[in-house]
Amino acid sequence: MDKTILDIWVGLFVAIGIAALMGLAMRVGNLTSNTLGETYTITANYENIGGLKPRAPVKSSGVVVGRIDKIQFDTQAYQAVVTLKIDKRYPFPKDTFANIYTSGLLGEQYISLEAGGDDHFLKEGDRVSKTQDAVVLEKLISQFLYSKASEESKK
Amino acid sequence: MAQKNIVEIKNLSFGYGNFMLHKDISMVFPRGKVTAIMGGSGCGKTTILRLIGGQIKPKAGQVTVDGKIVHKQDRQGIYELRRKMGMLFQHGALFTDLSVFDNVAFPMREHTKLPESMIRDLVLMKLNAVGLRGAHKLMPTELSGGMARRVALARAIALDPDIIMYDEPFAGLDPISMAVICDLIRTLNDALGATSIIVTHDVEEAFSFADYIYFVADGSVAAEGTPKELSKSKLPFVHQFVHGEKDGPVPFHHNAPSYKKDIYEWV
Amino acid sequence: MNPIFKILSNIGNQVTSRIWRLGSATRLFCLTLIYSSESFRRIHLTIREIYFTGVMSLIIIVVSAFFVGMVLGLQGYYTLQKYGSSESIGVLVALALLRELGPVVTALLFAGRAGTAITAEIGLMKATEQLSAMEMMAISPIARIISPRFWAGVISMPILASIFSMVGVMGGYLVAVPIIGVDHGAFWSQMNVNVDFRIDVINGLIKSFVFGVACTIIALYEGYDAPPTAEGVSRATTRTVVTSSLTVLGLDFILTSFMMSN
Repeated sequence: MDKTILDIWVGLFVAIGIAALMGLAMRVGNLTSNTLGETYTITANYENIGGLKPRAPVKSSGVVVGRIDKIQFDTQAYQAVVTLKIDKRYPFPKDTFANIYTSGLLGEQYISLEAGGDDHFLKEGDRVSKTQDAVVLEKLISQFLYSKASEESKK
Repeated sequence: MAQKNIVEIKNLSFGYGNFMLHKDISMVFPRGKVTAIMGGSGCGKTTILRLIGGQIKPKAGQVTVDGKIVHKQDRQGIYELRRKMGMLFQHGALFTDLSVFDNVAFPMREHTKLPESMIRDLVLMKLNAVGLRGAHKLMPTELSGGMARRVALARAIALDPDIIMYDEPFAGLDPISMAVICDLIRTLNDALGATSIIVTHDVEEAFSFADYIYFVADGSVAAEGTPKELSKSKLPFVHQFVHGEKDGPVPFHHNAPSYKKDIYEWV
Repeated sequence: MNPIFKILSNIGNQVTSRIWRLGSATRLFCLTLIYSSESFRRIHLTIREIYFTGVMSLIIIVVSAFFVGMVLGLQGYYTLQKYGSSESIGVLVALALLRELGPVVTALLFAGRAGTAITAEIGLMKATEQLSAMEMMAISPIARIISPRFWAGVISMPILASIFSMVGVMGGYLVAVPIIGVDHGAFWSQMNVNVDFRIDVINGLIKSFVFGVACTIIALYEGYDAPPTAEGVSRATTRTVVTSSLTVLGLDFILTSFMMSN
């Protein structure tokens, strides 16, 4: 076969392959939303993080503003220490709430930041003091049953 | 530096496992001569060529090519020696994905940095020598057996080797192609000033052009001499071979226990 | 001989010959790597082989990927709608393709399409003494024949797997959005949130790269090792498909368990 025709075919083949890979990265995967640009790190302590995982999103008003970098266990306080990476473009006040929520009934868990009214902003390495643990379904159900039972006994 | 004998085989033994194919063979191939190695099928004639080419190593003894012991060379050394050799394989062994032209050009392109225009001239020259300049565009599948053999010969002499080895050059050819190849072997040898080693079992052809002939039987050299000497030879093996008799020192039957025993005591 | 001994010796023979073959395949692999520089220096040899292994496999890869994607879409929809989350269909299709089906099915098709071609070609070259002829011309067949084919296979496989996954996702989209009526935006956004580039796309690529190495070297070895007869070549071709397929599935399990553990 002619050398140039062969070269064209192979070039086309490689180009299609790269295009497919780009498609997978951009359209299918979250490479675009994943690249956070410059970030700053803050930590938050929780009694119970439920099923929170590293790389889970950090959202504010539903917008992804960062990602969970790592989750450690503090043996002094017996608490989970979650490290968050937040995009530099989104500064949050010092008294921001960091709550663990679940998307949908059985969906993945994420941290939601709810801004407070402080004039000072969180800086690199700061700790968010106002946190709310993950809701554990079993706890919720048992609470509900207890309250039902106490209502019954009151009657 | 140039030895009288370009290839020498000394006390060579070779075999697979416990089976010895060659026992203590010695041969010399003088420069500029056409030497034939003859013998029945399966007596290890082709293996001798492979030993000269360094594709396999002898169990004992040595093969010397141009003063260098083949099996003691490293890869580089063997490749160095092989550049002096051209080999014509039994069925040509042309590269089926390349055209006739590219087949002949192949060794030149691999081993030299000659410009394409010069390679073209050389290839056409080689093809002209075997009478196939007109077929340079064909693919190997479009060639007849004899033509393929001639193209392979053109490829074997592409780099003007000192030694040309032929493995059964006449097998499966019609008489005309046979005569053509026969003629080519002799003329190319003399024109190139090369040394030819021919492995064959075609008595008539070999006797017609060889300068010297070795007969191999039972793993050793059974007879040697010029064609003239050999045709007069009284050795029973040579007589049987030259005259094509079915039974003689080379038995018709393969080694076997007695017929009677086999029939009645088959297990 | 005692039948038990016969069976035992049979097993022993099988095991030793397998190990022997594995060893000589590894040796060929190492030689191929050693001679790679030569095939890179003359890149055109490799490009030519990419045409025969990669480009020629494109049609079968695209067509099967499209159907696999459509079937995934259909099957996923019927299961997911029971739980009221048919929007997740995009996630299901994409993850199944990127993590498993893309690399694995591509490798299986590659073994059947390109692997057999490589084995048959090299086996026939050996049977017709072309490899010996090359040796005698002081040209290493490993550098000239084996190595370019090896790299062509290794380069083609991830490209083919990427194309497979992308076309599969498009097949899934075609079933889910225009035919079943899942929301266009939900399909892509769910997929976008739940598919991770590093974990899913890159790991899939690593898998297909490893499969590329395995499939190609198996095909090359079987051809290089084939007895130089018609029967020998045909059996080697069959063995290429069987060995490659089993190796790919086994490797897939090992790789997946490694990737999941991190």
